[in-house]
Amino acid sequence: MFDVKVLGSGCRNCETTHKMIEEVCSENAIPITLDKVEDMAQIMSYGIMSTPGVVVDGKIAHAGGVPDKKTVLSWFQAKCCPGNDNCC
Amino acid sequence: MFELLANTLVFTWMGLTPDSQAGAALHFFVMDSAKIFFLLIIIIYVMGLLRALLSPEKVRDYVRGKPVWLARSSAITLGAVTPFCSCSSVPLFIGFVEAGIPLGVTFSFLIASPMINEVAAVLLVSLLGWKIAALYVFAGLLVAYVGGALMERFKPERWVESYVWKIQMGEAQWSEEDTSLAGRHHFALNEVKNIVGRIWKWVFLGIGVGALFHGYVPEAWVVEHLGGKDNWLAVPAAVLLGIPLYSNATGVIPVAEAMLGKGVALGTTLALMMSIAALSLPEMLILRKVIRWPALALYASILAVAFMLVGWSFNILEAF
Repeated sequence: MFDVKVLGSGCRNCETTHKMIEEVCSENAIPITLDKVEDMAQIMSYGIMSTPGVVVDGKIAHAGGVPDKKTVLSWFQAKCCPGNDNCC
Repeated sequence: MFELLANTLVFTWMGLTPDSQAGAALHFFVMDSAKIFFLLIIIIYVMGLLRALLSPEKVRDYVRGKPVWLARSSAITLGAVTPFCSCSSVPLFIGFVEAGIPLGVTFSFLIASPMINEVAAVLLVSLLGWKIAALYVFAGLLVAYVGGALMERFKPERWVESYVWKIQMGEAQWSEEDTSLAGRHHFALNEVKNIVGRIWKWVFLGIGVGALFHGYVPEAWVVEHLGGKDNWLAVPAAVLLGIPLYSNATGVIPVAEAMLGKGVALGTTLALMMSIAALSLPEMLILRKVIRWPALALYASILAVAFMLVGWSFNILEAF
């Protein structure tokens, strides 16, 4: 089970990111708990300033801009190289 | 190459003549769209590949604890290569405050970042020549430096919302970066998608306005109303016009290209460009979450005066 948090003060990119993680994980049957963190003080407590940010198991996986599907997958499949289509 | 493409498409296939208004406008539109998007994608991709684009987090780490002049100089130069979306202005502002970076330096960063960036610089060189590009970048850096320093004099700390001071920023725990070539390529592609996805509307809008200006506004009218270098009112008019208008720095360039082509004075054009790119109502509304109106009004006034000074000086310089 991965613990995933999307950090963002409710802008559209944060929504998109949240939805994409949900989709990718259900498509690939990756078990996660997904939370939104919208409180500014809490967002900042993770040490990032560019939103949306994504925290996976307490570590920042991504900050600023919407990640693409391959990037999202690569957070959960540690050995997977995002450039390679065949390995995931 | 772009010229040929536009010629074939507009004059050969669509049968328009270069002298007609529609022909001139459409030719401008096709040529600028092709050229600007081509360069935009290449530049962002290359910067992404080199991982040369900075994140605001890195700028913060670098600037904190430096003496003010050095902090300010690095904040504005780093601001130029840091792509950040205005929706991140609030966390950025708080993060800088929390790091003990003087507010004036933060303002310098906020002025420089939207006005100057590597994409705008390359586009300026290729569309308007290196001289105008250098003048724009130099004037922009100067305004950001002086503008931030001036803000500092007014002790803007008293206008910062009190909750901002209470926020504690944590130490970021980054997961490992993929630095293989495939990883870099993938990162760069995503960067292109993100940035182009964010600004394409502004760019098309800018090209559209530029094309209409190029095709339909008669040169005689421009010379009479906007062109005269001794027309002092043109500069403040340009700055005021730019305040409610907003576009990304990249989107302003085709408008400037069309204006200069019709004989609008250089200073007037630069003043309009800067005002459109750096002064915007939505940005002000976002910043309102961290600072109160007096500070925002001061910020807007200092910038407006600075842009007018830039405009007038260049118009005078151009006269010699």
